[in-house]
Amino acid sequence: MELYSLTIHELLDKLRKGETSSVEITASVFGRIDAVEKDVRAYITLMRETALAEAARADEAIRKGGIGALTGIPIALKDICCTNGVRTTCGSRILQNFIPPYDATVVEKLRAAGAVFAGKTNMDEFAMGSSTETSFFGATRNPWDLTRIPGGSSGGSAAAVAAGECIAALGSDTGGSIRQPAALCGVVGMKPTYGRVSRFGLVAFASSLDQIGPFTKDVEDCAILMNVIAGYDPRESTSVPEEVPDYRQFLGRGIEGWTVGIPKEYFIAGIDPEVEAAVRQTIRVVEGAGARCIEVSLPHTEYCLAVYYIVAPAEACSNLARYDGVKYGFRSEEGRDLMEMYKKTRAAGFGAEVKRRIMIGTYALSSGYYDAYYKKASQVRALIKRDFDEAFAKCDVILTPTTPTPAFRIGEKTDDPMQMYLSDIFTISTNLAGIPGISVPCGFTAAGLPVGVQFLAGHFQEGQLIQFASAYEKQAHLEKRRPTL
Amino acid sequence: MEKIKISQDEVTYVAHLARLEFGEEEKEKFTFQLNEILRYMDKLGEVDTAGVEPMTHAIAQKNAFREDAVGVSLPPEVSLANAPESRGGCFQVPKVIE
Amino acid sequence: MEFEPVIGLEIHAQLLTDAKIFCGCSAKFGAAPNTHTCPVCLGMPGVLPVLNRKVVEFMMKMALATHCDLNRECNFARKNYFYPDLPKGYQISQYAHPPAEHGWVEVELDGGKKRIGITRIHMEEDAGKLMHDEHNPASYVDLNRTGVPLIEIVSDPDIRSAEEAAAYLRRLHEILVYLEICDGNMEEGSFRCDANISLRPRGTEPFGIRAELKNMNSFRNVQRALEYEIKRQQYVLEGGGQVVQETRLWDDTAGVTHSMRSKEEAHDYRYFPDPDLVPVVIDDAWIDDVRKTLPELGSEKRERYVRDHGISAYDAGVLTSTPATASFYEATVASFPTITPILVKTSSNWITGDLMKMLNEDKKDFTASPITPRAIAELIQIIDDGTISGKMAKDVVEEMYKSGKPPGEIVKEKGLVQITDEGALTKTVAGILEKNPEQVAQYHAGKEKVFGFFVGQVMKATQGKANPQMINDLLKKMLAS
Repeated sequence: MELYSLTIHELLDKLRKGETSSVEITASVFGRIDAVEKDVRAYITLMRETALAEAARADEAIRKGGIGALTGIPIALKDICCTNGVRTTCGSRILQNFIPPYDATVVEKLRAAGAVFAGKTNMDEFAMGSSTETSFFGATRNPWDLTRIPGGSSGGSAAAVAAGECIAALGSDTGGSIRQPAALCGVVGMKPTYGRVSRFGLVAFASSLDQIGPFTKDVEDCAILMNVIAGYDPRESTSVPEEVPDYRQFLGRGIEGWTVGIPKEYFIAGIDPEVEAAVRQTIRVVEGAGARCIEVSLPHTEYCLAVYYIVAPAEACSNLARYDGVKYGFRSEEGRDLMEMYKKTRAAGFGAEVKRRIMIGTYALSSGYYDAYYKKASQVRALIKRDFDEAFAKCDVILTPTTPTPAFRIGEKTDDPMQMYLSDIFTISTNLAGIPGISVPCGFTAAGLPVGVQFLAGHFQEGQLIQFASAYEKQAHLEKRRPTL
Repeated sequence: MEKIKISQDEVTYVAHLARLEFGEEEKEKFTFQLNEILRYMDKLGEVDTAGVEPMTHAIAQKNAFREDAVGVSLPPEVSLANAPESRGGCFQVPKVIE
Repeated sequence: MEFEPVIGLEIHAQLLTDAKIFCGCSAKFGAAPNTHTCPVCLGMPGVLPVLNRKVVEFMMKMALATHCDLNRECNFARKNYFYPDLPKGYQISQYAHPPAEHGWVEVELDGGKKRIGITRIHMEEDAGKLMHDEHNPASYVDLNRTGVPLIEIVSDPDIRSAEEAAAYLRRLHEILVYLEICDGNMEEGSFRCDANISLRPRGTEPFGIRAELKNMNSFRNVQRALEYEIKRQQYVLEGGGQVVQETRLWDDTAGVTHSMRSKEEAHDYRYFPDPDLVPVVIDDAWIDDVRKTLPELGSEKRERYVRDHGISAYDAGVLTSTPATASFYEATVASFPTITPILVKTSSNWITGDLMKMLNEDKKDFTASPITPRAIAELIQIIDDGTISGKMAKDVVEEMYKSGKPPGEIVKEKGLVQITDEGALTKTVAGILEKNPEQVAQYHAGKEKVFGFFVGQVMKATQGKANPQMINDLLKKMLAS
């Protein structure tokens, strides 16, 4: 069994027992990268030298008797997390050579836990996309089928975990950007409650929706990573001072007697039949574990996409105004005066999808349209949240498909933005309501493509999600497959 | 004939507000795509939102403060390290005509 | 047709916090470029703002001091526009729900008192500084000032003349300085004023079209700019034309306002609630705590001095021209065992006269006075009880300023104690009269002026130390006999 294919908990166990070293693990991961990265293209920046140095320091620390939560474990970071002294591009030309002078809070936490950083992973430009095709650095491929997309916007992180190019990774999720690629790549991905994990150092896309979360090979690893990254940060005003439990305590507890809500609006025409079949199978599995499934209704589901595609671009166009060629990042040489410099810099620096969303957002906030678009969307958002509050009064957890289809082919949806947006329909509502969600592998299509199932819970109930997901994982007892690369 | 939500002239104006510029072909394509997307948004008109407070924050919080204490600033060379152009300790830009 | 000006003023005051509004960089003025910057105020990718609590408190102080209603909840909004001195491409400000509204201040004019309404007060961050190269097509950005906290104070359009505007400006300035929340330095830019002005036919209600005036960097210039603009708009309207709604810049040298013929149309700021900040909720307990910290304001002191100390309004005005002067005066008066009208008047005279003159020449203010209030009080007392004469006191006070020594010590050292020993003086006067029989004869012959000659001679003989009153009395007595 190659070291790169093991989980965090398995590796920590081996490290504790002295059966391996961080340098060995890191070398194994980089060996795997050398073998498959040319096909998968999960990374924008590899951090080989510093990783090996960190691994050596981790081994030293272990020798002295200290193993922290992640000591010696190679983790990849979506290139939207600022890393001090290491290029952070957000998949964009406009930040192609930006080197932050500071670490994101989550990066500081991982460092303090002893993690080794493998590199910065590929993503849709500024996290706007569902396929990682809008990256300035080229598309990442799905390790399960290199002609297909890995999902997005955290496609690089998902693919890297699936391909063994890191042990675990961090991504960000604004409308499903962790959960959707997790489902399409056959790994576990969690979006925490809004305010659970610090956004300080996360390059902002839509400030009221963004969250950082883990990509892992199993639910136990997800709990381990959540323990490290969750927690109040005084550098973020929207960070919530809620106690962080030990998420590992929720593993293996079982879900006997739990009520599971199946929202009728999520099982509609348009879902791929194989995806639907796999998700219906999960309903049987959780019933087998002692849970009771009931139908619930989230009546405003059909409006989620419209709300999201007003609120997110509105916040985004404002968040991206700072990319103006003045203080950092790309600047066009062609501007003869300030106005030209601004326009040529941004026109050349941003890709089409980013520009599209900036335009939608600017329009929605502009004079005369604010009430009709942004204000209206914010009101409907309140109703979407209320739907969840009412549903969670009747059930402990909600179960839905993560995506309507398995991974589609590269280039298949790039000409039709609306089609691309529809791949987020099951994940968007979660961000709008601020609740946590997790996607867990639940099977494969006949063609061998992964399918994911999504579990949702109320605010700050990540523990319950982990409990439910771990019970499902155990009961489903899915065959362990690996992509052939 | 589908309703035009945004004209090409409006697209030009919005692009200017956002400090973007488009070639003619690009602008045409964008106008088409934006119209499609904005038409989809009309769906929201179906929802009765009378008396509903707009929601900005998923979790209601208040009074997140810092104390009035001076911390450490970046050395100026670090603040300017990523600047495309700088001079005399300042960020340099093409002349601004007031 | 008689036109009436309708004027509203918008003031931006930089707050005297130690740190900036949303980050921990120093808010102090005058540092080398870009030395008070961090990822947050530089607007780097991924950073977030956290509100400095003291900014809220300072805003509350100003709101309370100007009789505003404090709204129990307010939030921040983004004002979106592009400019090199605005790193995030938006300014964090407050738009829809300002924290303070419906206030007023009273100003004193020649005709009496007038209340000027305050529409609102809100908090926001300052932008950086843009400097232009004289010779090259380049501009330079210093971001030290980005994130320095501001409060914006918007008046109701209640002002009806340039003179009123200046009075309002002075009153707001005084309140800010007395509250110690702003140093009110217009040259350095910590106190800035823009004006909105329109004219309407006298006796009508609807507002005319207004122009916005900017670039007025002193009280004097605000008044001059408004006076000019009133005339300009009057000229336009009397000629049958229409005032253009635009921004005009005051040109200090030329003494005129210029239209800012900018290529931009009116800005569309696309305000929306800032999702990175949470609402500020103020409760009664916090308001009470802040209210307790409010000092007595200049106008309140003036009223008290006139009412309780019997000081003239003019003198009260000089004594309250700065908080330091007022403190000094109050400390002086507090040093007397009993306060009498004479002591108070004398204190006022010394402070607004000799002491203020010496400090001004030295470019110092009352906080840096080498003479303490207690020392001045002592001086006043030894004049009052006759130890030294008023004339001597002038020399003493100069010495007090130079040496910092208390008056008692100086008087002793220089042997300046006034001679009040009747016996000794009688001898001296007698001696003078004896030596000058001609002048005595002249006096008796009716030449009254000679009296002054005798006084002078006594003063000379006693090195100026003789008590003038006693000399007078003795001379009269002895000449009569």
